[in-house]
Amino acid sequence: MTASPPAIHFEHITKTFGGVTALDDVSLTVLPGEVHCLAGENGCGKSTIIKIITGVYQPDAGAEMEIFGHKLSAITPTIARKLGIDVIWQDLALFPQMSVAENIAFEAVLGNVPRVVRHSKMRDKASEVLQRLGVNLDLEAPLHTLSVAERQIVAVGRALVGEAKLVFMDEPTASLTKSETDKLLNIVDKLSADGVAVVFVSHRLAEVLKISSRVTVLRDGKLVGVYGTEGMTQSRLTELMTGHTFDSVVAAQDRNDAPTVLEVKNLSRRGEFKNIDLTIRAGEIVGVTGLIGAGRTELGHALFGMSRPDSGEITINGAPVRFRSNRDAIACGVAYVSEDRLTLGLVQPQSIADNIVLPVLDKILDKLGLFSAAKKEKTVHAWINDLAVKIGHPDDPITTLSGGNQQRIVLAKWLATKPKLLILDSPTVGVDVGARAGIFEIVRKLASEGLAILMITDEIPEAYYNSDRVIHMSGGEFTGEYDPRTSTIHQIEEAVFA
Amino acid sequence: MRNFFRNSPTEAILLIVLAVVCLILTVATDQFLTLVNLANLLNASAINIIFAVGLVVVLIAGGIDISFAVAASVVQYVTVYVLAYFGGGNWLLGFLIAGSLGIGLGLINAFLIHYFRIISIVVTIATFNAFFGLLMFITSGRYLYNLPDWWTTRIILVEHQTASGRWAELTLPVAVMVVASIATWFLIRMTTTGRQLYAFGDNPEGARRVGINVAAMQAIAFGWAGMMAGIAGLMQVNFVQEVVPNALMGRELDVLAAVVLGGARLGGGKGSVLGCILGVMLIAIIQNGLNLLGISPFAFKMIVGAFILIAITLSNISFANFNFGRRT
Repeated sequence: MTASPPAIHFEHITKTFGGVTALDDVSLTVLPGEVHCLAGENGCGKSTIIKIITGVYQPDAGAEMEIFGHKLSAITPTIARKLGIDVIWQDLALFPQMSVAENIAFEAVLGNVPRVVRHSKMRDKASEVLQRLGVNLDLEAPLHTLSVAERQIVAVGRALVGEAKLVFMDEPTASLTKSETDKLLNIVDKLSADGVAVVFVSHRLAEVLKISSRVTVLRDGKLVGVYGTEGMTQSRLTELMTGHTFDSVVAAQDRNDAPTVLEVKNLSRRGEFKNIDLTIRAGEIVGVTGLIGAGRTELGHALFGMSRPDSGEITINGAPVRFRSNRDAIACGVAYVSEDRLTLGLVQPQSIADNIVLPVLDKILDKLGLFSAAKKEKTVHAWINDLAVKIGHPDDPITTLSGGNQQRIVLAKWLATKPKLLILDSPTVGVDVGARAGIFEIVRKLASEGLAILMITDEIPEAYYNSDRVIHMSGGEFTGEYDPRTSTIHQIEEAVFA
Repeated sequence: MRNFFRNSPTEAILLIVLAVVCLILTVATDQFLTLVNLANLLNASAINIIFAVGLVVVLIAGGIDISFAVAASVVQYVTVYVLAYFGGGNWLLGFLIAGSLGIGLGLINAFLIHYFRIISIVVTIATFNAFFGLLMFITSGRYLYNLPDWWTTRIILVEHQTASGRWAELTLPVAVMVVASIATWFLIRMTTTGRQLYAFGDNPEGARRVGINVAAMQAIAFGWAGMMAGIAGLMQVNFVQEVVPNALMGRELDVLAAVVLGGARLGGGKGSVLGCILGVMLIAIIQNGLNLLGISPFAFKMIVGAFILIAITLSNISFANFNFGRRT
């Protein structure tokens, strides 16, 4: 018996757009039933290679492409699907108003010749697929009532209905919580056991190492190498992806003699959090971690005036405050950067400069109360220098920046309001490793200038290495506090996942 | 029942509001709940329902159409002349001509939207003006009374003499409305094309990626709306027995309001035939009730407007926001 041909065997893949080389002589081999990871920083060519395999782009001349033993000279989306290749796109191509069943079995209503729809058959098909995945979902529920994680499962289901033998998952866990991620990873395992190959793209390296058997690393459009995940460590993988080494060092310091910025006493809000006592001093970074549903984000919202606590006190710089809205909170010097604000918080077609001054338009007026171009320029330059953003010109559109630099601009935007307390909610969701280090560099610099920072995060290592104190929140209460200098990361992990 | 409330919350709320309004009117007036009044209500609403089931297909596909009512007027005029050419014609010919002319005008909208990538509201505001301007220019606003007899004769399908001696009658437009509703329901619920229309309206990029023919979707949606508009125009002539160029002006907004009231989403991907019928009927019943209660007709528009706002507010706050415990 001959071994079955690889699911994908691509060699000498080069792709240039205009004068820019996105991929330079890259090769990729994925075995049937294998979980293979494609790793690399943003812009390394991961998306380009997925688009070539699925037929969205054509590679430059000289490419050798083989899918399940079929030698191909060109791939179109139709050919790719016929050969059993399916992609679960980051921005899911699902239909929010339609039912779960219809989304999964959508293939049944495709085609240009009208036919009568057999709703019961579609339901059966969908329920069969969900059973295969070992998941229980209400087939009749409209998709928009599902959580992001459940939608991912629906997307996987749709791929399976199409008899996919190779599924690409582009950042499937970027917006998932820990437990949802585990569920999805279970499904990936199941697919692989069923003989379906999965190519996984993720920024969460721990996940990558856990789930995949081999990893192909790309950097700047070039192949760095293919590695087994056995014995591979996160720091080694980071090094391969970025070409730099990042040392994880506990950055915690003692801030006990600094003045108190935020003091919270006995703060409660029914169904969200209770009896919260919290003090943050100037220059202090406090990390709050825990499982989803622990009330972390809700606490952040209350501190930012987006919801009203039922009882308790909030004091900022010694003065008791009661926020009626987040405008009050901003006026008191609180800034809140939510996870989606880091990715969606920019007005995309506008220039870098316009984005920075957006929240402070009322502070850059001249004596007549008119918009002052000179003041705007001053503000913009100050922030760009301060945060070391690499830009062409402040008037360039924001889209010309890389993801990491865009996030620096978002921070600049909120820092322009001159806050005393900065609340960061999941600051690194969807950010690649290199840029993460950059974000924490900025966060620490801000703290050293006296800003009090509350950092909410799912990623325990992030909280551990970057905070002065780590608080574990569970069931709406603070259940533990750790000093990174005297605790180990495992102690926190055990407490959180116990 | 639980599924009906969850999957069609707007229709469910509308049904409840409609029931409450009917109950109030039954108690407050002695004429509302009579066969004669109900039959007249149906006869008068049939044309708007035919318009509505055409329009809802466009809304489901993520578009909007402002031009269908004046398109119906254009169809009426052209149909008169084409019928004269055929020496008078008959109902079958009338349906064929009015339906095809309507489809033709709808396809003009679809073509402009698809090939020049102009959003539908801009295209149909333009065609609304172009159709109406052309019609007024060519006809100089002339009314037509000299119509074939078969067209202007009232056709009574069911009649019943009530105890008071008055006749309750259902006329041809009601039957046409029923057929149009069933046909539309079949198209959007039961055919693959219909499901593609929902998908296209819901997530156009997603639809394109799974291989749905986008041009065909626009053509089917606007063609269907045009066909229904043509047929509604044919029925309106039967109802008023004359052709007047500006008779249907302003109807587009009434129908659009009723369809949106019936749960169709301006963003696409949502809408139902039941919702259209309920939306049109609710507005018609409120107007009828105000009439029977002796309220000044000048207040109608205001009260109807308020009702639309209340009903839409109710359906928006109803179930969607009561997802306690679900993380949003």
